[in-house]
Amino acid sequence: MAPYDLAASLGPVAFALVFGAIGFGFGAALEMGGFGDTRKLAGQFYFQDMTVLKVMFTGIVVAAVLVALATSFGLLDMSRVFVNPTYLWPGIVGGLIMGVGFVIGGFCPGTSLVAASTLKIDGMVFLLGALLGVWLFGETVGSFQAFWLSSYMGRFTLQEWLGLPLGVTVLLVVVMALALFWAGDLAVQAFGQKKPWAEVKRVPGRGALAFAGTLVAVSLVLVAHGQPTPEAKFTFLGAEVRRSVEERGIFVDPAEVVALRKDIGVKVVILDLRDERDFNLFHIGGSRRVALEELETPARLKSLLDQPPSTVTFLVGNGEVSALKAWKHLIAQGVPNLYVIDGGMNRWLERYPVDACVAERVGAADGRDGQAWRFLYATGSTQPAAWPEIETSRSFRSPCAVPEADVHPGAHQAARSWPAYAYTKRVKLKSKAAVKGGCG
Amino acid sequence: MSTTREPRPYANPYVAGTLLGVVLFASIFVTGGGLGASAAMSRVQTGVLDLFASGHVDRVAYFAEMAGGQRSPWLHYSVYMLVGTILGGFASGLLNRRVKLETRKGPRISVQARWGFALLGGLIMGYGARMARGCTSGQALSGGAVLSVGSWAFAMAIFASAYAVAWFFRRLWN
Repeated sequence: MAPYDLAASLGPVAFALVFGAIGFGFGAALEMGGFGDTRKLAGQFYFQDMTVLKVMFTGIVVAAVLVALATSFGLLDMSRVFVNPTYLWPGIVGGLIMGVGFVIGGFCPGTSLVAASTLKIDGMVFLLGALLGVWLFGETVGSFQAFWLSSYMGRFTLQEWLGLPLGVTVLLVVVMALALFWAGDLAVQAFGQKKPWAEVKRVPGRGALAFAGTLVAVSLVLVAHGQPTPEAKFTFLGAEVRRSVEERGIFVDPAEVVALRKDIGVKVVILDLRDERDFNLFHIGGSRRVALEELETPARLKSLLDQPPSTVTFLVGNGEVSALKAWKHLIAQGVPNLYVIDGGMNRWLERYPVDACVAERVGAADGRDGQAWRFLYATGSTQPAAWPEIETSRSFRSPCAVPEADVHPGAHQAARSWPAYAYTKRVKLKSKAAVKGGCG
Repeated sequence: MSTTREPRPYANPYVAGTLLGVVLFASIFVTGGGLGASAAMSRVQTGVLDLFASGHVDRVAYFAEMAGGQRSPWLHYSVYMLVGTILGGFASGLLNRRVKLETRKGPRISVQARWGFALLGGLIMGYGARMARGCTSGQALSGGAVLSVGSWAFAMAIFASAYAVAWFFRRLWN
């Protein structure tokens, strides 16, 4: 499933050629549109020529429609596509600065490349200026680092902001762009050519109308089709992911979870999918109880996706059924480093039993979601078994201990530690797709 | 009938825009990222600086990230894309007879003045592009296509600012 990890699958030459070919198409498209000619670019801001607006926003909406189509029909895994992170104010200030540069210099960085490639001297000089500008930025950014890193919102899309489905958002963007093109044409006639209002041609040409109609029609298909359900997305992911379930590569032994909890280089998050009753009876120290439906709310999903790259997230139920279902849903949405605790809480308690007076075993840790222990008290995470990574936790005072008066003064309970279980290492810490936008 | 030397007219903006959109989509689909130019410029600049002042590059965090120590600023996908962009622009210009050593400018300023303003404008553009973490291509185009809120705010800021100051610089162009 696209996108592809080219750095891993191609040799260095082929890798360079792919990006070179994309650049070639980019340069050719810009040149064809007239972006190598500074007068055409500057004309945009004097109501002489709407080429910049039209080419740019046509490019954006055509790509947006195609991306949304590919996502909706399961061809493209959007979670692995780079979405420029939003740093709102540095972006806006940068944009305001660039607007001034655009009018003074008559290019933007990409178009100056194309101008220089067709031997326009002003393009080459602009390019030199841009190189000086990026150098100056590198030298000075240290003095306003706090601002440059401010108003960070991470991966934040229009559909999240508006709370609308992807198809509807794309449709709105398309309609907005078309309205801008139309208004631009009117503005050129009224302000640029100074035509009296009565003579301004208000109906776009047949070609433009056909183009607009096609874009709107495809966007309506997107709206009607909707986005795939998590189950459908999971089936798009392909054989490799399905195999990792069948070969149990995603099920991590409780002992490995404990080992990772000791590792200061790794942040372990444990999400407990059981109901409140079971959670209150016993849960792993520091784990959070969360229902699957709640995990899939945009805010929760975003916080899972925005975790530091050294985070490993474990899902746990009493057995494996509910945790595996949640795993499939979340992996389809692109949550990285996500695993299921092997055998669930039942296996955990087999490895790290609670005190004998707290619970008795009534079932087997066979992967099914029923509770294999019957608890007599709600212990939360107060039992030593909730914190096996603390070697001495088994020496904590136990509710089953004999009353203190009965203990001979000075008698110490010997420090007990948990047995070291052998396990197959499953967790492979992977950072999310390293691909960044061209300007990252 | 026109002579063979005369440049061909530019493509219809909707046709050129659609082509641009298809290239952008292809980039996103295949590589997981969009188009760009200014990141590569930053790398070229750092690479040149590294030749002359390698120690300085290692000490400034922003440069060191690209070319500190043994890192090569050149072997990066954005640089390959930059080379491709120049070749693509050249090829299209050649086919349409627009490759010509010349300076495009407004009628009322001298060639030298145009160069001066191009240098100044480029400097401002380069600075702003890094401030915004991307230029018109990397932020507005690529981020716009994947509907990033920041990219849309950025695109509007460019247009707003350019329209706001255009009047003051009208002598450069008209």
